[in-house]
Amino acid sequence: MKKILTGLLVLGMVFVFAIAIAAQGQLTGAGATFPYPIYSKWFDVYSKMKNVQINYQSVGSGAGIRQVTAGTVDFGASDGPMTDEQIATFEKGRGTAIYHFPTVLGAVVPTYNIPGVNASLKFTQKAIADIYLGKITKWNDGEISKANPGVNLPGDDIVVVHRSDGSGTTYIFTDFLSKVSEEWKSKVGKNTSVNWPVGLGGKGNEGVSGLVQQTPDAIGYVELIYALQTKQPFGDVQNSSGAFVRASLETTTAAAAAAAKDMPADFRVSITNPSGKTAYPICSFTWLLIPGKIADAGKRETLKGFLRWMLAEGQKDTEALYYAPLPKQVVEQELKAISKIQ
Amino acid sequence: MTTAATAEMGAGPKPASRSFFARLLQGDQVAHAITFVAAATILLITTMLVVVLWNNSALPRAKFGLSFFIGRVWDPVSGQFGALPFVYGTLVTTAVSLVLGVPLGLGAAIFLAELAPPKISDSLTFVIELLAAVPSVIYGLLGIFLVVPFVRTTLAPALKHTLGFLPLFQGPCYGVSFLAAGLVLAIMIVPFIVSVSREVLLAVPTDQREAALSLGSTRWESTWKVVVPFALPGVLGSVFLAMARALGETMAVTMVVGNVPDIKASLLAPGYSIAAVIANEFTEATGDLYLQALIELGLVLFLVTFILNGLARLLILVTSQRGGTT
Repeated sequence: MKKILTGLLVLGMVFVFAIAIAAQGQLTGAGATFPYPIYSKWFDVYSKMKNVQINYQSVGSGAGIRQVTAGTVDFGASDGPMTDEQIATFEKGRGTAIYHFPTVLGAVVPTYNIPGVNASLKFTQKAIADIYLGKITKWNDGEISKANPGVNLPGDDIVVVHRSDGSGTTYIFTDFLSKVSEEWKSKVGKNTSVNWPVGLGGKGNEGVSGLVQQTPDAIGYVELIYALQTKQPFGDVQNSSGAFVRASLETTTAAAAAAAKDMPADFRVSITNPSGKTAYPICSFTWLLIPGKIADAGKRETLKGFLRWMLAEGQKDTEALYYAPLPKQVVEQELKAISKIQ
Repeated sequence: MTTAATAEMGAGPKPASRSFFARLLQGDQVAHAITFVAAATILLITTMLVVVLWNNSALPRAKFGLSFFIGRVWDPVSGQFGALPFVYGTLVTTAVSLVLGVPLGLGAAIFLAELAPPKISDSLTFVIELLAAVPSVIYGLLGIFLVVPFVRTTLAPALKHTLGFLPLFQGPCYGVSFLAAGLVLAIMIVPFIVSVSREVLLAVPTDQREAALSLGSTRWESTWKVVVPFALPGVLGSVFLAMARALGETMAVTMVVGNVPDIKASLLAPGYSIAAVIANEFTEATGDLYLQALIELGLVLFLVTFILNGLARLLILVTSQRGGTT
């Protein structure tokens, strides 16, 4: 018994030591859950290559912004850009700027379950907005059927499903709706959660897709990655040039390329509903949030080294994990911006 | 002589100190101190909880005041926050779960304590205690795969058909609903009611039963009119324990309740609960007011639990007094 106890004690001490050693010169970050799979792969590969420690907790974008503002982590990550107010709070609290670095792109797709309809549906911008506003209530509404000639749509009530948890996915989706519908913009607006006019809430992508699959005549929205991985049907969405585009990694990157022309210096840009015939309209960057001044030289160089590697080598890993890579123009702009970190 | 005196003097304090050590070894002082610290810690934790929730919800308290309790809009975009739909949903799902769970739990407890052969009773009790230890997310999955489709395809149409004249069972049903959440919660709280109630029923002295039987009552009469009333305060205690669990349940509820902050009379409609909205929106809450409004919801949940537990206490007091006078 005593032996076991001593053994446990020794083991415990070793463990504590291991943590203490690991904590030295280690970078920690926290934030967005959406890019977590690619981030964890990047950090793992880079850590082994350069023999550094990068620890990332996927606690959610809101929590990531709060933690980097409080200085409890070295960098943050978010699916939505920080607001002016949040940046002001950061600058006041930390006495330095916060920089946004786009890493990969995500897209959001409408998924549905209509008994008897196997065709891939096309959605006009107005159709999506009006369904989520509760103005289109039946599947055979003219706005839906005119875009889908030849599809026999039922006259059943549409069951609208949205995310119940706060999420970057909801931010991207409501940002798109705010751009294409004045009514949405004034009545509902955009955020990680909103006051939905209609619909049921499902927790996470899996909750939304579960509800849609289970409920006849339901429509919901999920991340493109999730839809691809789980092979569920999703519809094409009309973009700003009037073309119906199916979401894919290529059309997502095309949207970013279209938006890159007017890229602001701080990279805080919404790329939903961009111009360009091949651009898919419901997509967004996800960002790393990095303080302008990092006192610890070791940490600063590790982070800058990682950013350079991520923009070159790292981008090659994205497609295997179904993330859309950054367009070339954006990569070049970011490489220039790295030197701003001091 | 002097040596003897000094020896005696020296021995003087000795018995006293020995008795102190003896008392220490007996453990009275130590036990007193330790248990006092334990009890004080509980109080401290509760106080800390309230203080933390209170301090971190200053913004919405200043902005909305008491109207936070009656506000029906929850709009993170425009910064309008009201707790009423969530309070309503919490109370309704808990009430449904108690209405369904208490008769079931009490019935099972009576069977296990009074009527079942010991072998069956013991093995069933083991299973029930196992159920109490199942994590709530598992019950949530059960809810998604079994309860929600069952409610949508079978239960809701049947209820509408037979009891549709009641406002409780009207309107469309998508499966996810107050009713589904109440059903899942009922499944979750039954093990609590059964295992505690059974213990309490078993603790009723045998002479109570024998007295009833000797007066010519049947087995069931002795159980229902003597044993159960005798054990009533304890049984109610188990019900309130179950109620507390239902009030605070997060994961299982959010998976089946529909997550819509609406106040609808129909149990077939989707709703929301306080614990569920906090868990859903906390990590991605943008802005201080939003975050603090969620924390204030935590305070509201604390208050609801506090009030309901207070009422429960009162009920136990009343029933046990009535038991004493008759």
